[in-house]
Amino acid sequence: MTAVQPQPPVQDGVEVGTTATTAVKGHSRVPWRFLTGRAAFYLFTLWAAITINFFLPRMMKGDAVDQYLSRNRNVSPEAADALRALLGLDTDKSLLQQYVDYWALLLRGDLGVSLLHGLRPVTEVISQALPWTVGLVGFATVVSFAIGTIGGAVVGWRRGSRLDGLIPVTTFLSTIPYFWLGLLAIALFSVNLGWFPIGKAYGVGMTPQWSAEFIGQVIHHGTLPAATIVIASLGGWMLGMRNMMLTVLDEDYVMVAQAKGMPNRRVLWRYAARNAVLPQIQSFALSIGFIVGGTIVMEMVFSYPGVGKLLLDATNAKDYALMQGVFLVITLSVLVANILADVAYAFLDPRTRQTEA
Amino acid sequence: MRDALLTVRDFSVTYDVDPPVEAVKDVTLELRRGEILGLAGESGCGKTTLAYGLQRLLKAPAVITGGSVVFHDRSGEDVDVARLDAEQMRRFRWDKISMVFQGAMNALNPVAPIGAQLEDVFEVHRPGMSRAERREAAAELLDIVKVGRQRLRSFPHELSGGMRQRVMIAMALALRPQLMVMDEPTTALDVLVQREILRQISQLRHEFGFTVVFITHDLPLLLEISDRIAIMRAGEIVELDTAERIWTNPQDEYTKTLLSSFPRLTGDRGVVVR
Amino acid sequence: MTVLEFDRVTKTYSVRGAGQIKALDDVTFTLRSGQTIGLVGQSGSGKSTIARILTQLETPTSGQVRLDGQPIPRHGAGLRAYRQQLRMVFQDPFASLNPYHSIRYHLERPLRLDAVVPKAGLDDEVRRLLERVRLEPDAVIDRRPHELSGGQRQRVAIARALASRPRLLVADEPVSMLDVSIRLGVLNLLADLGREEGLGVLYITHDLATARHFSDEIIVLNQGRIVESGPADDVILRPQDPYTRQLRAASPDPEKHFASASGAHGGAL
Repeated sequence: MTAVQPQPPVQDGVEVGTTATTAVKGHSRVPWRFLTGRAAFYLFTLWAAITINFFLPRMMKGDAVDQYLSRNRNVSPEAADALRALLGLDTDKSLLQQYVDYWALLLRGDLGVSLLHGLRPVTEVISQALPWTVGLVGFATVVSFAIGTIGGAVVGWRRGSRLDGLIPVTTFLSTIPYFWLGLLAIALFSVNLGWFPIGKAYGVGMTPQWSAEFIGQVIHHGTLPAATIVIASLGGWMLGMRNMMLTVLDEDYVMVAQAKGMPNRRVLWRYAARNAVLPQIQSFALSIGFIVGGTIVMEMVFSYPGVGKLLLDATNAKDYALMQGVFLVITLSVLVANILADVAYAFLDPRTRQTEA
Repeated sequence: MRDALLTVRDFSVTYDVDPPVEAVKDVTLELRRGEILGLAGESGCGKTTLAYGLQRLLKAPAVITGGSVVFHDRSGEDVDVARLDAEQMRRFRWDKISMVFQGAMNALNPVAPIGAQLEDVFEVHRPGMSRAERREAAAELLDIVKVGRQRLRSFPHELSGGMRQRVMIAMALALRPQLMVMDEPTTALDVLVQREILRQISQLRHEFGFTVVFITHDLPLLLEISDRIAIMRAGEIVELDTAERIWTNPQDEYTKTLLSSFPRLTGDRGVVVR
Repeated sequence: MTVLEFDRVTKTYSVRGAGQIKALDDVTFTLRSGQTIGLVGQSGSGKSTIARILTQLETPTSGQVRLDGQPIPRHGAGLRAYRQQLRMVFQDPFASLNPYHSIRYHLERPLRLDAVVPKAGLDDEVRRLLERVRLEPDAVIDRRPHELSGGQRQRVAIARALASRPRLLVADEPVSMLDVSIRLGVLNLLADLGREEGLGVLYITHDLATARHFSDEIIVLNQGRIVESGPADDVILRPQDPYTRQLRAASPDPEKHFASASGAHGGAL
């Protein structure tokens, strides 16, 4: 860890009658107990999520093959049974056996095949959609967080000034239903002004490649959806940071920093914002986790080929293998985001390192 | 008579709320170089507002409505605090007048090591110092207040209340100011720790010769440590005299009330009635 | 008559990495009705552990606490009766009163819960309680806590503690958040009530001067152990234990200061 190393306890003959709590001295600087505790927690969560993921489709009525049959009438019952076997839905196996098989496949990285996408492996289908979602929504979320947090810090610092007017504006923008905001943006900038394309991730007829032209296309297509995401989520970040700033500005250490003759800029960033940002980190981690799954509306409005659209289609078609695959990816990303948040928090707030250790 | 360090004339602060509250009313006092002036009063009497007002550290809705504060620098120059622009004020703070805040529970930035918070002061006020010099100066300060330089990288929550207050005193000492304003510096501490901190302040004063304004509601404590005591009530100084005369021959009724609010530790049971 | 007994009470906590910490170590004392005991010590001395045991936030690791000769019941009707017998007055009078309710409500509630008086007599009893804590009933009865001063609020808190006619009042730093000029009034009230009603009063504080002033006996705690106890003046004026001496020497005492300094003012700093 940073800036921490074992230190000899200092003799302080004055502190008589120290409490039981201060008697803890010389604790190890690497909080192993804390780390193993967290690791166990995450492993358990992962197991629980995967298990629920296994049971969920099995508790629903009708299966993917029925759906498939209703769309493709010329499939024989034998073929249907074969399909069931292929999809791991054959009912002659016990539930436990299915569960064991499910894990075995999972550990090999085999998530099954997607009925909806011509029996292509689920991993392949997802890995095609994932970069679009992560790239676009991830980028937009980071930008929104950065602008909102920095803006909120400044607005909070100058409370009572004209900048306060920003808060109701951004809050209003974030209350507009997203689909409406998206449609409005398309109507205005794509249809009327013609500045941006109406939808999709890149122009028709292009094949993904690392060329300047293609990247230009992606940016051109991505601008509008990214901008609408930023507009819709900016208010929350700004309001959260501003409110936290107001709390922190009343803390003694901010007054001390000013009495110390620190320049305003330094007081703002190193003392006030540095402390106010801590709760924001937690929300940021959560929203990072939901990047993968939480953008169905955006992907519908902009016909964007991401994971959200994939999940929607899979759900409509009862394509369980694909649904499970998407759920798994979402679960993993939420977990990873939380681990990152834990790490970031321990790094940014020295108190957590001790109290939880 | 020792010469003056700070002259406050008709100083007034109003809290601009509805209805406006006059927190400090026409306070006039002269602080002498080298003395300990005790500022006593109950909560809300304006003693803290007055102390913060001297350095223009008040936040809205507090407004300085009148009066002047003149600092008589060691160099012989007189500084009219009200006339300093924002940048001059910033440089004046801590360099000439530093502060020690209550308990230091929250006065240190919880997310920064104490060494960094000490170095901060040098970085801003002594831009000529190199990084190594700053680090050495911070280490030296921790040695002076007997926290020890090995604590440079400790975070505030890793220190006891008494230690934190020593760090705060080290910080206040950093630029060798001529005046230290102490706002309830020992109130949150246990009595043995309090006594040790007071002893340390006394020792540092002999070594570095700064003047002290000591703010507290604890009149018995002030009587022991102050040269002179100002009793404040409802924004006004109702009595200002030597500690001994406040003790033996208080003039104002409120001073007498305050004195008789503290039971005697030794002597006959009861309170002192003057 | 003995109200409260601590019989060889020990409380240990296990602290990770530091083994066992004794918050209380073999603490024995008795409190009689009409008597006030000052429990003095610094933070970590164990005085708050005693309060926590009395309010049942903690149970002793060994030893026994008895109220009127009975061990503290763990549950059921006995526990209710115990709580009625022992009432607390806390440090922060604002936090201990609900800002949404009137003073009348605060005082009627314990009267109803413990069925102290018949319903028709509630109003009279509330007024009587307010008079006992030297408050003018008509001036405060329909007010809410925020409309009262800190001292008045603390008096209401004391009246509420008295409502269920307890045998024992535990006052944990009851005046440390009040303005200095009204502290003595509240402490005097507590001492008077103790004498008039035959209540046992346990006054928990860090302040030697008020402990001496308001207690019949003083118990000095250090690191969970009783280091000295006895009549208040004996403990303060003729302390035997080195720790008590240290505490006394560190407490401000202008009288002694001016007697010894005789003119050399400001000597301490």
